[in-house]
Amino acid sequence: MTISIDPQKTNNESLQPKGWLRYFSFSLDHKVIGIQYLVCGFLFYLIGGTLASAIRIELASPMSDFMPRDVYNQVLTLHGTIMIFLWIVPVVNGAFGNYLIPFYVGARDMAFPRLNAVAFWLIPPSGLMLVASYFVEGAAQAGWTAYPPLSITTPQSGQIIWILSVLLLGGSSIFGGINFIATIIKLRRPGLKLMQLPMYCWAMLGTSLLVVLSTPVLAGTLILLSFDIIANTGFFNPVLGGNVVVYQHLFWFYSHPAVYIMVLPAFGLVSEILPVHARKPLFGYTTMVFSIMGIVVLGLVVWAHHMFTSGTPPWMRLFFTIATAFIAVPTGIKFFNWVATLWGGKISINSAMLFSCGFIINFVFGGITGVALAQVPFDIHVHDTYFVVAHFHYIVYGGTVFIIFSSIYHWFPKVTGKMLNEKLGILHFIITFIGFNLCFAPQHWLGLNGMPRRVAEYDPQFQFVNQISSLGALLMAISTIPFLINVFLSARNGKNAGDNPWNALTPEWLTSSPPPVENWEGEAPLVEEPYGYGKEISEQK
Amino acid sequence: MLNKNIYLILIISLVFAISFWIGFNVNLLPAEASINAPIYDELFKILFIIGLIIFIGMTIAVIYSLFKFRKRNDQIGDGIALEGNLSLEIVWTIIPSIIVLLIGLYSYNIYDRMGGMKELNHNHEMMSSNTEKIWAGISQTSDNEIAINNLSIEVSAMQFAFLFNYPKGNFISGELHVPVDQKVSMKMESKDVIHAFWVPEFRIKQDIIPGQPTILNFTPTKVGKYPIICAELCGPYHGGMRASIVVEEESDYNEWFNKNKKPEVNL
Repeated sequence: MTISIDPQKTNNESLQPKGWLRYFSFSLDHKVIGIQYLVCGFLFYLIGGTLASAIRIELASPMSDFMPRDVYNQVLTLHGTIMIFLWIVPVVNGAFGNYLIPFYVGARDMAFPRLNAVAFWLIPPSGLMLVASYFVEGAAQAGWTAYPPLSITTPQSGQIIWILSVLLLGGSSIFGGINFIATIIKLRRPGLKLMQLPMYCWAMLGTSLLVVLSTPVLAGTLILLSFDIIANTGFFNPVLGGNVVVYQHLFWFYSHPAVYIMVLPAFGLVSEILPVHARKPLFGYTTMVFSIMGIVVLGLVVWAHHMFTSGTPPWMRLFFTIATAFIAVPTGIKFFNWVATLWGGKISINSAMLFSCGFIINFVFGGITGVALAQVPFDIHVHDTYFVVAHFHYIVYGGTVFIIFSSIYHWFPKVTGKMLNEKLGILHFIITFIGFNLCFAPQHWLGLNGMPRRVAEYDPQFQFVNQISSLGALLMAISTIPFLINVFLSARNGKNAGDNPWNALTPEWLTSSPPPVENWEGEAPLVEEPYGYGKEISEQK
Repeated sequence: MLNKNIYLILIISLVFAISFWIGFNVNLLPAEASINAPIYDELFKILFIIGLIIFIGMTIAVIYSLFKFRKRNDQIGDGIALEGNLSLEIVWTIIPSIIVLLIGLYSYNIYDRMGGMKELNHNHEMMSSNTEKIWAGISQTSDNEIAINNLSIEVSAMQFAFLFNYPKGNFISGELHVPVDQKVSMKMESKDVIHAFWVPEFRIKQDIIPGQPTILNFTPTKVGKYPIICAELCGPYHGGMRASIVVEEESDYNEWFNKNKKPEVNL
């Protein structure tokens, strides 16, 4: 079912600006929208990173001396919200999903191009609104979790703007999710079977199901919370008979699947990158598909493990322990399969490969602490401490952000037709990997020994370890410099990449780089074996 | 082939040996000062060793692959066209499932020994009416203890302090004093936002929630002064919301208690 070229649409596109200006337009081209998502997300990453640096500067000394205490709480709230809703979720879903999915299914665009553009253009205003709320009456300061009653009693304007902003971003996410499901199910080119799709499609299908099922729950919850704040209702306000623990259940019903919304696409992306640079088929395609779907199902029934020390009865604590720990099984399968993909390959050691392997090592570490945290008795001691902070940064930074960088090194030639500089890329990897581990590994010890999270001041005995952590954060900040230099220099003067510099077999490489507006000059190719490495040696010779 | 297997066995046993050595010799935890702490540390040690084996094993596998299977300059073409191996995939589905299940059962056992599965309303008739619902917490009643000996304390938390009410002595203290080796039973409630009661040396934590009383029982085992830390973001001074728990010999405790005790006021 290839899309016939709609004359109306072609007409519109000829009216749209060309060159770099199109990135500032209401473009309907999925490739333009993908880049819009990526660049917009990266700008917010820089803002969120600046806030993270401010946190690490404050924590370099045990006293609260760098910024006022309420500003510190605003900074940590904005840092979490920006990194999750404006950097990781839009980039691993919106940016790579929009760019790659139509290629992978053999379509000329997404199923609903206008909805797609709307979904992107919701992000910049809500992000700017969120950042600007600082200048109104101070930004939200109840953490990205916005637990009532704290979120009801802190200054209202910041909290309300935070809610509006997250609602818009959630809407954008739902629009995107619907679009991905429709595109993957309905727009496949004739002859392309589901089990022939590249793994990223499966990851995005699973992710989009989670988005569509769980994001509306967050939206409903936040609307009730906003009623509590502005209309004095008592849904979550204990003074008026509300129940604060119900909020936590509703919030985590979305926000735990949100973790999979952040990591499943990364699992998909790494499954595209490893086979290309290891010159081997993806190991265990079928088990990979089933493990993604297993993670989707289990991911929906584990939310209360965020609440082991709140008001949860004992039986509930036990059920969620077992359910959570079992997510390690499908996740473990994927990691064993990736290592098996590397085994016996002819591996090119380049920036994309290094970031992917860094991802495997970091994520295995974060996964192990995750299984430990799933155990109620273990969690009771370390819940809400720096141990948890370290754990989830190993998952979302050491995992997903490493894959975002890996993907940028992998697909930069596709988008620009130029190669990124490998020496700068490897330098970027080394500084990021060392900085990241230096920053977050010591935080496990801090949490175990008595440092709670979200504090501006702490026991002086923890100063030395905190300073090591801050030094790591400094390295992470520095690591963006070679990356930015690399992107700007290579986009201008980089080595020409040709159409398919990696000799990859997935469909996005079987057209020119950068691709034409309609993705392929002629019919979309039918790729039955996107990972058929090693089979075509005779053919290639 | 035989040689290869010997190397593999050698490496695996080395990984196990290193993990066990680290697990038994590296202490990442603070002092143990309650009967919960050694139970917790037992679980921690097991999880730490299993985690180390998996982490070191996977890291070695990745780094070895990168080194051994890297593309040499003179090489062209692809790696072997290996698309999967069903028996291998079944093995690495079943083994992790068994490990996860065993960890789950073991931690259930630990949780039970910590008192997590005990009835919560037990022993609290004195403080709460029978209809009041206790929502959550850790209760550590064992049958051979005599309920009356329990030290019952009511904790109220507010921005940004803990107050400890000793109903038997009719006084409120900002510092929690308890006698060593005696079970302490606390009923906790918050006056404003959510707080949490955490003593790292006791390995216990429980949120203190407005509108829903929670319960926390523990038995300190070591004389000393330990920090009580609020672990739930509760406002600008959250980092400063701390108190102390003083665990002392029974005679010292009684002296402190009698000094603070106020006579019952009958209206």
